Amino acid sequence: MSEILVVIELREGRISRISLEAVAAARALLKLVAASVDGVAKTVSAIVTEQIGGPLGEQLGSIGVDKVFVLSHPLLNHYTADGYKLALEQLIQAEQPAYVLFPHTYQVRDYAPALAARFGQVLIGDVVAIGEGPVFTRQLMQGRLSGNYRHSGSGPCFVSVQAGAFRAEAPREGTTTILSFEPEIAAEAIRTRPSAPFRGSSQTVDLGSAQLIVSIGRGIKDAENIPIVQELATALGAELAASRPICDAGWLPMDRQVGSSGQTVSPKLYLAIGISGAIQHLVGIKGSQCIVAINKDPDAPIFEAADYGIVGDLFEVVPALTAAVKAAKS
Amino acid sequence: MNQSLFIMKIIVAIKQVPDRDAQIRIDSAAKWIEESNLQYALNESDAYALEEALQLKERHGGEVIVVSAGPERIGQTIREALAKGADRAIQIDCDDLADRDALGVARLLSAAIRPENPDLILTGLQSEDLGLGQTGVIVAELLGLPHATLILHVEKTETGLTVKRELEEGWFQTIDLPTPAVLTIQSGGNKLRYATLMGIKRAKTKEVRRVTGAELFPPSQSAVPVVTLVQVTLPQKQKSTQILSGSAKEAAAALVEKLKFEVRVL
Repeated sequence: MSEILVVIELREGRISRISLEAVAAARALLKLVAASVDGVAKTVSAIVTEQIGGPLGEQLGSIGVDKVFVLSHPLLNHYTADGYKLALEQLIQAEQPAYVLFPHTYQVRDYAPALAARFGQVLIGDVVAIGEGPVFTRQLMQGRLSGNYRHSGSGPCFVSVQAGAFRAEAPREGTTTILSFEPEIAAEAIRTRPSAPFRGSSQTVDLGSAQLIVSIGRGIKDAENIPIVQELATALGAELAASRPICDAGWLPMDRQVGSSGQTVSPKLYLAIGISGAIQHLVGIKGSQCIVAINKDPDAPIFEAADYGIVGDLFEVVPALTAAVKAAKS
Repeated sequence: MNQSLFIMKIIVAIKQVPDRDAQIRIDSAAKWIEESNLQYALNESDAYALEEALQLKERHGGEVIVVSAGPERIGQTIREALAKGADRAIQIDCDDLADRDALGVARLLSAAIRPENPDLILTGLQSEDLGLGQTGVIVAELLGLPHATLILHVEKTETGLTVKRELEEGWFQTIDLPTPAVLTIQSGGNKLRYATLMGIKRAKTKEVRRVTGAELFPPSQSAVPVVTLVQVTLPQKQKSTQILSGSAKEAAAALVEKLKFEVRVL
């Protein structure tokens, strides 16, 4: 019970950024629990599921973990919930950690709740902060409120951390022991057959490199109202984008969607119009240099992330803004 | 098996959540939200799960049963699902839903679902209030069934299902899995239907079986929650937002000044 395990995901052979953030969260948690309860957790160990070597081996040596467990089994070469549940269940049984941390990715969301249930535990998912206690903070009501959660009981505590909530630390010197762990997985235990990932229909709009983006959300109310905002985008010379519900409704094509399931953007200006700011949207715009929000609801979470805000009816503000932009440019 | 003879029994687990335009206030104990005078609605991704179920039934025949847990008021949301075309419902009366953790809620739902022996269990990928996104996955674990999450499309095959799963940043994959299975449905895969007048009329005569949480899970057996929501607060501001006030025209003019001289994009 003296260990914090962190599950690491790889991307193109490197440790993904959010996994490094999960390691940083584990170190922050270690400081909190080591100070309050003697001997609850002393070390941070990482788990990866792929054979390591070359640059990955070096990278794992520099992220500040004491041990790295490499889960090796041919049935883990492709992700399946069944395979990951079995492998991690066995490692957790063997290690008896105090905490298991995950990056909050689509993959983790697919298996970690069931893995925790196998231990009679509940994943505290999508955590944005860890405080004294430890208390784990996550968003409620689409980001309009925050909830502080505590874990009780004797089993390991399972936690996943939101992208961007913890700052990945710079590589450090240190010694890391790399251990191989070979779980027992029977072929018939894997019940699902996933295909290789494929891209959605023609990704023609590259919002990732756009410098100016005007983006619309549910506040636009109807597809018929989109030209009002299009006119502003044209006046600014900006790309038009949208939050998920607009693309779900078919009002704009899917390739104009910004957020965790769409594109990640980092423009000089992100102008969010009638977007409330659910976390799935905010993670996609975090890299923006300046965020401006126009929304009728002063409590909309988009205002937490915005540099400038206008509280008002977009059907009045946007035409006024278009006129002002045109006047400034002429 | 002859497709036309195949009868699919589909359970859709739905949740009633505060309407997204409702004014949310923290309750006096700072443990949850003030529930009086709140408008409620069907959770959005659950509406897509229901839609997927109704379309599967239209293609393959079968039965769509909605199950939901919560206080008396959820009856309204259940009637709406019946009006859209679900055949019958199981309403789990439970006033302490907010006190249960994800495992506690999944245990209730699993206990209600198990005796039905469905071919397929669908639910939305996450609720708009708690946003845990765990219920479907834990129900699958408790029932010992395979599952897939973030599903946009479901196709019946000879041996089971082929589903389209959304991955991050515009990627997808397909997954083949046997039935019975649990799927959590992402929004946007289908166009949602409205209840027709005829549907609303017929919903009044459809069966809603009431069962209490205590019947499904006697208090003596119900496990103590392992994860507890101890405090609800307003979110901490990430940035100091400068609110530009005044009339629409004044605010627009102030913003253009900022865009010109501070952000320098004009």
